[in-house]
Amino acid sequence: MSNLMLIAVLLMLMAVAYQMGLTRSRALATASGARLHSRPGYYGSLVALWCGLPALLIFLVWSWLQPALIRAILVAELPPEMASLGAQQTEVLMRRLAAVASGFADPGSVLAYESEIAARMQRLQAVGQMAKMALMAVAAVLGLLYARRRIMPELRARNQVEKVINITLAVCSGIAILTTIGIVLSMFGEAMRFFTFVSPVDFFFGTRWEPGYSSTGSGTTGSFGLLPLLSGTLLVSAIALLVSVPIGLMTAIYMAEYAPSWFRAFAKPVIEVLAGIPTIVYGVFALMVVGPFFAGIGEAIGIQIRATSALTAGFVMGVMIIPFVSSLSDDIITQVPRSMRDGSLGLGATRSETIRKVVLPAALPGIVGAFLLAASRAIGETMIVVLAAGNSPQLHGNPLEAVSTVTVSIVNQLTGDTDFASPQSLVAFALGLTLFVITLGLNVVALYIVRKYREQYE
Amino acid sequence: MNTPTTTTPLDEGARRQQLLDKVQKSLRRRHAAERRFRVLGLLAVVAGLSFVAILFASILSRGLPAFWQSTITVDVFFDPELIQVSAKPLQGRNETPAAFRERELAWQGELAMVNWNRILEDSVIAQRPELAQQRREVRALFTSAEKFRLRDRVFADPGLIGRTVTLDLLADANVDVWLRGNIDRSLPDSQQQLKPEVRALADRLKAEGMIAIKFSTALFTNPDSRSSPASSGLAGAFVGSLFMMLIVIFLAVPIAVASAIYLEEFAPSNRVTDVIEVNINNLAAVPSIVFGLLGAAIFINWFKMPLSAPLVGGLVLSLMTLPTVIIATRASLKAVPPSIRQAALGIGASKVQTVFHHVLPLALPGILTGAIIGVAQALGETAPLLLIGMSAFVANVPATPLDQSTALPVQIYLWQGNELRNFFEARTSAAIIVLLGLMISLNAFAIWLRKKFEVRW
Repeated sequence: MSNLMLIAVLLMLMAVAYQMGLTRSRALATASGARLHSRPGYYGSLVALWCGLPALLIFLVWSWLQPALIRAILVAELPPEMASLGAQQTEVLMRRLAAVASGFADPGSVLAYESEIAARMQRLQAVGQMAKMALMAVAAVLGLLYARRRIMPELRARNQVEKVINITLAVCSGIAILTTIGIVLSMFGEAMRFFTFVSPVDFFFGTRWEPGYSSTGSGTTGSFGLLPLLSGTLLVSAIALLVSVPIGLMTAIYMAEYAPSWFRAFAKPVIEVLAGIPTIVYGVFALMVVGPFFAGIGEAIGIQIRATSALTAGFVMGVMIIPFVSSLSDDIITQVPRSMRDGSLGLGATRSETIRKVVLPAALPGIVGAFLLAASRAIGETMIVVLAAGNSPQLHGNPLEAVSTVTVSIVNQLTGDTDFASPQSLVAFALGLTLFVITLGLNVVALYIVRKYREQYE
Repeated sequence: MNTPTTTTPLDEGARRQQLLDKVQKSLRRRHAAERRFRVLGLLAVVAGLSFVAILFASILSRGLPAFWQSTITVDVFFDPELIQVSAKPLQGRNETPAAFRERELAWQGELAMVNWNRILEDSVIAQRPELAQQRREVRALFTSAEKFRLRDRVFADPGLIGRTVTLDLLADANVDVWLRGNIDRSLPDSQQQLKPEVRALADRLKAEGMIAIKFSTALFTNPDSRSSPASSGLAGAFVGSLFMMLIVIFLAVPIAVASAIYLEEFAPSNRVTDVIEVNINNLAAVPSIVFGLLGAAIFINWFKMPLSAPLVGGLVLSLMTLPTVIIATRASLKAVPPSIRQAALGIGASKVQTVFHHVLPLALPGILTGAIIGVAQALGETAPLLLIGMSAFVANVPATPLDQSTALPVQIYLWQGNELRNFFEARTSAAIIVLLGLMISLNAFAIWLRKKFEVRW
């Protein structure tokens, strides 16, 4: 019986258990005339939980342990001439055996001892599955009977069920923490392994990015300097902010202060559409439309502009974060108290003077926060730069030339390469860690500023 | 100090006039500045709107033509002379499935040996006998997958042998490019993809109406193909994306809703919950590519999960969507007024009953909207998928979440990098249209839900 079937059967059993609990508690109540502590549904749920949870636990633990157990048995039983294999060779052998056992190996090439062990493996797996099934069945039935026996009018079934619900909810909210821990640990661990190949000083202050290929030999073959990538990232992000901050801010101001309501009702959702478009679409748009357009302008005025350049990538990225900037600014501008605005207008200032001299200075911290959030967004953006920045990791500040960024290099170093032992792919984690720290830092500062600003007017 | 009494009335008038002029002038200046500022704001909005317009116009104008492809309409005669195969095996009464499968495979082998190219050539030559000497050029017109389509038709229905069927067959990608003028027709032969004879033949057959540009469903029904670009489609990527979205819906959404309920309704306000809150806010701002690194290190390297599998992609996207849905759910739980909770508690409901019977149903429209927006975001995400090996070329439609697969956005990435630029530029845009279509419908559904069920307090 496959695992999916097993779970389905267990669920059905739980439904039966629920019914049993329900009818049993009702029968008890009518027979003894006593009032039930909880509604009958809770007794049903309690029996179902007693039936399902232990069996589920057995299922998870068993499924987790079984492969390792079978492997240990097989390794112990290997023919004596193979017992001296190294860890890596054993790994290869085990994969081969798994392939033979599942029938995916070429039948002509299977050796006699291989098919023998594979058959043993299949038997063990079948036995394991049977044992798991039997154990689960016993646990489910025992749980069911135990819980059913416990049903009494004074049993506090609701409290117990609610406790389980509470614990489940709390565990779910722990997953977000686990994710963060996973990110930090995995990046930190792999980055540390990278730093055994390349010293952190060479990485953080190196001015040359020439990682080379992992196939050209093991060890450090290339130079892994972060600075060319960081400069590219900063250049592209700066261009993106130059595009998005003025347009986004002015859009927010116009929408909040000037636009008639019919215009706002139409224009606001249309601009927000920009935020929902996948980044790969922006990348293709940059590559096919914006890049050639800039190159054409360059040709017309007589300077050389590459089609894939920091300018192209930055411009399109700027377009992408316009709605982000404008909606953040909108929130912040509308938070400036009405009285400040009215005071300024009452003194005879025009609307634009009120905005420039009263509202904006008051909203400045919030806008700085929005600016930082937008910057962190731009720094972490990947697909636009992969497609449109030209991938040329040189240390220069010319926006009309091709650049490479931290995110582009992560993609380049880890795409199609599953070798986690060479510095060429491990460097991706060091880059990722750098990226994570930078964006996290910007976010923490930005959220702090925005919160401080909000408190100021509350 | 000048006092008013020392000035003459005439002076007074002149001074007033002067002052008035000055005020008028400065007012004019200030009003001009006001107008300038206003125009600047309008320009910013117009710029934003025009970016949207340009983006959609350029993608639609490039992508829409790709839904129509050069199609060769011919009467295909399934010549028994050429298709010499035994009768299709039928499962015997006492036959085991394995033995039957073996006989079926043998029969498939026979079918594969048939010269399907010749049947294609013959079908054209039957209508244009003068082309009998140009078999090679005729064959070059068809995209290479069409011969397998003939084979599959016979496999499905052996009764076709000996009959004539009118079929729409796709032309080769280069023929399509040439006929549409997507390549400069004046280029010398050395820079053309097709031989001059094939080009002339294609032009002729188009003029005679045998080749026409027709709507093709290949883009929707076929998986990706390298050997036959003209019949490459999005089916494989679509199914891969579907698997990942199902994983996100069944994994990320329940977990996110549960944790939002806990944080908003049950959690004691202490250090731990503070940490979780800050953590979720920060997780929402972590660049998506970092989740790809997480997937590569943990799911692929530690747990040894298969590369390119929608299962891993779905898990990575689930982790990425988690904070988005949590934040949306918390916002909509917060919007339910406390009076509802107090009323429920007041008539004796427990905390859990209050939340699950009263607060949650009221917050459901908002939660669903947030969930759909999260799923749409996951649907469009590319970068993390590249890092877990989903950028590999996959020629099959995945049958399970453990098979190799691509996803819609990754397919766009792969197609934009294809060497056959003239052909794939349009196909990339067509794929974008499909992806955007899906995302817009998802978002429209979310907006509709919100509009229909929104409760204003």
